[in-house]
Amino acid sequence: MSYEFDFADVFAAWPELLQGLINSLILSALAMAIGMVVAVAGALGKTSGPPALRAAIDGYIELIRNTPFLVQIFLIFFGLPTAGIRLSSNAAALLALVVNVGAYGIEIVRAGIESIQTGQIEAARALGFRPLQVFRHIILKPAIQAIYPSLTSQFILLMLNTSVCSTIAANELTAVAGDIQSRTFRSFEVYFVVTCMYLGMSVFFWTVFATIDRAFLRIPNR
Amino acid sequence: MRAFGPNEILYILLAVRWTLLLSLAAFAGGAVGGLLVALARTGKFRWLRLAANGYIKVFQGTPLLMQLFLAFFVPGLFGWSVDPWAAAMLGLSLHASAFLGEIWRGAIESVPVGQWEGADALGLRYGAKMALIVAPQAVPIAIPPTIGFLVQLVKGTSLASIIGFVELTRAAQIINNATFQPFKIFGLVALVYFLICWPLSAYSRRMERKLLEASR
Repeated sequence: MSYEFDFADVFAAWPELLQGLINSLILSALAMAIGMVVAVAGALGKTSGPPALRAAIDGYIELIRNTPFLVQIFLIFFGLPTAGIRLSSNAAALLALVVNVGAYGIEIVRAGIESIQTGQIEAARALGFRPLQVFRHIILKPAIQAIYPSLTSQFILLMLNTSVCSTIAANELTAVAGDIQSRTFRSFEVYFVVTCMYLGMSVFFWTVFATIDRAFLRIPNR
Repeated sequence: MRAFGPNEILYILLAVRWTLLLSLAAFAGGAVGGLLVALARTGKFRWLRLAANGYIKVFQGTPLLMQLFLAFFVPGLFGWSVDPWAAAMLGLSLHASAFLGEIWRGAIESVPVGQWEGADALGLRYGAKMALIVAPQAVPIAIPPTIGFLVQLVKGTSLASIIGFVELTRAAQIINNATFQPFKIFGLVALVYFLICWPLSAYSRRMERKLLEASR
């Protein structure tokens, strides 16, 4: 192996890399927050809406889950302008991520809604729980416990998916890597460092989510 | 500017074979790697279990796009030049190995302890135990999530377009650059992916439901 590693140029660009990392995190957090609104609305529509709405939501879920995110983002970024809707790279990236995570979120939230058992609510009322107590202990906590694992892994998938947004020049971490690469020609070094940064983010979120789970969500035996 | 006519549609549709071929090649590579990862993960050697777990975590914790970039650039460090096809196949195979390894680990571990002990009591060696006792019980459980992952893999091949491999998505980009009909072109491409993936998703879901009913 005669290759000489040179990470100096990559490390010299650390302010850009840090900014890219922050942008990726902001993009992920925004997409997740808005995506959850879509997911809750969709799940409510799917569990208690009229049949036509249910069919439409099913169609949306199937369409998104069975096509690549890259094609979805191209349709939004290149396709929407032909219909007169012009979006910036970042706005198109956010919209594509929301549309994508919303479809996965609906099924997750629906599973949470279905995990609530009416018998337990009646039992709590019979035991003299006040409405707020019923909501907190019998509805909210079990529902969160049911959806928490899928929801957190969905967030990490979403965070990793933001790297695809570099293809439409949204300014997140992978796009920064592309810029540095085209300037320094240190392809391996740049992508190695950036891959480690993504892995660092994943490990960070795995740890945080597991800690929250242990601290707040384990079913107490009391 | 070129028109978006039958020739352009044919060019895009012919590129589907590369998407399918890449998916199958990556699935085959991932099946071999995934089996090794799953066996290492469930085996009795601690360092092998840790190594397999680390491998899975690295591939589940980094974007597939980065994995493909590195598959493209790392062989160059050793003086081997790889074309986009080889890089895409290598990257997707390694990616699939991690995910299939994790899925199959779950299936192997779902075989009840009594079955393992029974096999040991009968004096079966490792190979016979896995092939005759564990596999027949683990395989049916593994099929639905494996097909589900195949859908992820087919969708993942679209990222090979970014490292320059001309499959369905890249062909669509090429045609779009010449004709500029993005809505029609990427709509057609989305439809093609849907036609490949949807039957697989539906099959995986039906199998899963059957398995759930059988276990009740």
